[in-house]
Amino acid sequence: MNMNIETQTSLPTPPKKKRLKGIIIFAVVIAIYVWAFSGVPVAEIRDTAGIKSIFSGLFHPDWDYVYLPDGEDLLRGLLDTLSIAVLGTFISAVLCIPFAFWASNSMNRFRPVAGTGKFSLSFIRTFPELVLALLFIKAVGPGSFAGVLALGIHSIGMLGKLYSEAIETIDLGPTEALTASGASRFQVLWFAVIPQVIPAFISFALYRFEINIRAASILGMIGAGGIGTPLIFALNARDWDRVGIILFGIIIMVTLIDSISGAIRKRIV
Amino acid sequence: MSTDNNRPIKRTKTGLTILLLALLCWGSAIRTDASLTTLINGLPQMGDLLIEMVPPDIQYFSDIIKPMLDTIRMALIGATLGALLAFPCALFSANNLFPKFITIPTRFVLNLLRTIPDLLLAAIFVAIFGIGLIPGIFALTLFSFGIIAKLTYESMEAIDNGPLEAMTAVGANKTQWITYGVIPQIAAPFAAYFLYSFEINVRAAAILGLVGAGGVGIMFDHTLKLLQYAQTSMLILLTLIVVVLIDFITTKVREQLL
Repeated sequence: MNMNIETQTSLPTPPKKKRLKGIIIFAVVIAIYVWAFSGVPVAEIRDTAGIKSIFSGLFHPDWDYVYLPDGEDLLRGLLDTLSIAVLGTFISAVLCIPFAFWASNSMNRFRPVAGTGKFSLSFIRTFPELVLALLFIKAVGPGSFAGVLALGIHSIGMLGKLYSEAIETIDLGPTEALTASGASRFQVLWFAVIPQVIPAFISFALYRFEINIRAASILGMIGAGGIGTPLIFALNARDWDRVGIILFGIIIMVTLIDSISGAIRKRIV
Repeated sequence: MSTDNNRPIKRTKTGLTILLLALLCWGSAIRTDASLTTLINGLPQMGDLLIEMVPPDIQYFSDIIKPMLDTIRMALIGATLGALLAFPCALFSANNLFPKFITIPTRFVLNLLRTIPDLLLAAIFVAIFGIGLIPGIFALTLFSFGIIAKLTYESMEAIDNGPLEAMTAVGANKTQWITYGVIPQIAAPFAAYFLYSFEINVRAAAILGLVGAGGVGIMFDHTLKLLQYAQTSMLILLTLIVVVLIDFITTKVREQLL
């Protein structure tokens, strides 16, 4: 009798193995968090008077900085940032096309070839754009051009991946029809592949442009041009009303670009 | 017939778009002082730099392992705190759970937060808390909060309404409704978004040090300024390894979850 009841009650509870697994996972998670929090110093605010000036500065921005007749103002900084993002995105959107064909499974007969392409794209992706910017500053000197090059190279990683996936999903019917009627490889590419992928390519480039606008606005903090340069100066000088207006400018610009490019993307796809 | 009439119009439209794009790029090139000659003149310099970077300074590894662990700490704690904040906020932004007069303001704040670059948040927190890990953690908290909250409320709006309707029918209150109707459906994707933001945080945390927010970022600048390129490449190498490793682990865990 007793045995019977025991077997009946033990049925709904999970098997021992599964429960053990749960306990182990729980213990590992706890251990990770103990390790993580043990290395953190106690938070202490440096000076409470500073906080007050930070908030009053951020909420009372320096409106005069929006336009100064003799240069180096908010509008010109934002224009620089925009230019860096436009040119950087354009460069990467062009440069990533060969990478995309290299990395797509449908364009290569041998899988390993596409594999190496995919690997080189993820290799490019892992370099942070700020590290690239530091390297390009060494090559072409500080300024917007270093930022353009950094974004142009870094964006190849993501755009190349998205483009190659777009190439993999095309309808192969037109390609086969053209090959059957004796078109050359180039003709197949030009008349069957390109028309199918153009909308996706433009849409991804715009998406990357939205990301690049954000990236370009901080590149200046390490000397690669754009609005980041006056921002880091204002931060170092604790000029909070100027930080406030620059922050405001960045938010407005990013929101505007997002909505414009979002509207265009909706029409394309 | 009609297609023939439309063709010239379409062609002019394409032509105008290309012209506009070309003008935009040309203007940007002027604005940013982009020139091929600078690039070509600079390339040998960069080539020298790359040559000096090989081989990486292996001994430097013992110096950077601690900042690297700090970077991972910041990323993990930032993602955790961000996720904790994001959950209630995502509830308040989901149109199928709360009325519009609550969701619209919450979404507005979330959108605003996501436009602020992470490095800028870090720089502001450095000014408040001083140089160290704490500003980095807070910057990453806000950063991952924005991402997780958006992704979560989007999946909340896509949940199955059946259980919710059933609970309303038997007279459940709002708290019960969320605990038994929403949370079970959203738990797995929420955990996946947490891991995803941890992954992004590791990349972001590696550079936050550039503005003084702790971790490995400050070393990039130091080693480049001191012209110790072999150390820089060791840093890049270690960052690559850590990022790839964490991507691999989180992808595996995510596959288990979903």
